[in-house]
Amino acid sequence: MAEEAVPTVIADGVNIIYKVIAGQGGKGTAATAFRRILKRQDRPTIREVHAVKDVTFTAYKGDAIGVIGRNGSGKSTLLRAIAGLLPPASGAIYTGGRPSLLGVNAAMMNDLTGDRNVVLGCLAMGMSPDEIQQRYDEIVEFSGIGEFIDLPMSTYSSGMSARLKFAIASAKSHDILLVDEALATGDAEFRVRSEQKIKDLRTEAGTVFLVSHSLDVVLDTCNRAIWLDKGVLRMDGEVREVVSAYNREATAAR
Amino acid sequence: MSTAADPARTAELAAMAERHGLSRSSARPELPGYLRELWGRRQFIVSYARARTYSMYAGARLGSVWQILTPLLNAAVYYLAFGVLLGTKNGIPNYPAFLICGMFVFTFTQRSMTEGSRAISLNMSLIRTLHFPRATLPLAYVVNELNQMAVSMGILFVLVGFTDGVSPRWFLVIPALTLQTMFNIGMTMTFARIGTFVSDISQLLPFVTRTWLYASGIFFSIPDKLAALDAPPWVIHLLALNPITAYIDIVRRALLDEHEQHQLPNAWPIAAAWAVIALVGGFIYFWRAEDRYGRG
Repeated sequence: MAEEAVPTVIADGVNIIYKVIAGQGGKGTAATAFRRILKRQDRPTIREVHAVKDVTFTAYKGDAIGVIGRNGSGKSTLLRAIAGLLPPASGAIYTGGRPSLLGVNAAMMNDLTGDRNVVLGCLAMGMSPDEIQQRYDEIVEFSGIGEFIDLPMSTYSSGMSARLKFAIASAKSHDILLVDEALATGDAEFRVRSEQKIKDLRTEAGTVFLVSHSLDVVLDTCNRAIWLDKGVLRMDGEVREVVSAYNREATAAR
Repeated sequence: MSTAADPARTAELAAMAERHGLSRSSARPELPGYLRELWGRRQFIVSYARARTYSMYAGARLGSVWQILTPLLNAAVYYLAFGVLLGTKNGIPNYPAFLICGMFVFTFTQRSMTEGSRAISLNMSLIRTLHFPRATLPLAYVVNELNQMAVSMGILFVLVGFTDGVSPRWFLVIPALTLQTMFNIGMTMTFARIGTFVSDISQLLPFVTRTWLYASGIFFSIPDKLAALDAPPWVIHLLALNPITAYIDIVRRALLDEHEQHQLPNAWPIAAAWAVIALVGGFIYFWRAEDRYGRG
């Protein structure tokens, strides 16, 4: 091994089990809540979901990995585990640096205006006020929000807030960027720009994970793909091969 | 298919991770590094607190005038209920200042606790989007409440200035509120963690704080009450251990002219001890779950 590729994410036999509240079990009065706390009991209606089953892979610097699979196959869960937000029940995930997760339902602060969200988001990522002042125009321009930047984010359409979130998160160069369907709601013009941004991030020798149901986007931006099926890793390889195998099965099932 | 990881592969992957300096994605940062990171985000804490204050009153027509109106109205309501209707004054000089002082100090801690219990759960989406030390959120909530407390204190200064007159003793308010803020940071951190994992706590807290309110000597003077009841002397020492009582007492000592006859034993040392215990304990308690916020 002369030139070993530099790994950025290593997943080793990852199993993820999480708890969900299935339905509204009983009215939450103070007395019942208190009893539950005392007995350290979960709500009676909590169910366990085994979302990711024994997934192993290694991602390297410069990889852009598309994660594909049907709804509920564990794609978003896997991304959240890489981001360190969900602990694996068994197995381990090693990452170099702090991964950032960009999700479609990840709002910032909805009652604040767009420009305040830009400043707060950048401060939260650890940028200095000077740095923010320098990059502010660039971020706003990239988001394409225009004059709406003065309005509260709660007035934005889902596409607009996704654009702003992507613009904020991509203002800083990340070692590992996890994109969860965040581009799906943007319009065609924004999609082109964000795909370019993902390619730029790749050439900056970062690693990008992209969850998308749009196989065209995956083919355009990724060099590698992971296919998850009911939480199990079905295939991991060159993007064209994986996507065509996935396509074959999808058409065969019909 | 077996779900047990292959031990040889596990060792090999762990070795590769080690070689390239990768770390477990859900690991908790060390305490010194965490503190450094937190210091680096001080701008974020202040900006976030300001933004929250702004958005809190953004919908109201009177806007941030409510920041002054809310404590004023609170003071008026409590004076009406306890001073006029129930007549709890019995012999306390300058009762309005006595009562309002206690109320404001209590509210500072109470709001830090109840708001703090939602500091993480209300910001889940932000937590899941960006990586930053989570302790910034409860800290921002305390900054917010401190800001409100400063406004309330301004009102109190005006009231006491008109009734008892200005005194250099007022400067003692600064160390008193510093100690209380330390205590509040600890409480906010503690309840932020509890509130994240046991969401029922935000339903329970109002009952807890209301009980605390009645036990803390806000409407009446504890020494006078105990003297009237002929209680044994150890009772007052026990009641004086209540942190809120101590903070109220040291602020009253600073502001009220004739409080000396009614003051509690050892209020300053008790206030200082609680401040340190709560700050250190609450911070460590919060930090120990740092890797688990945002899950669920």
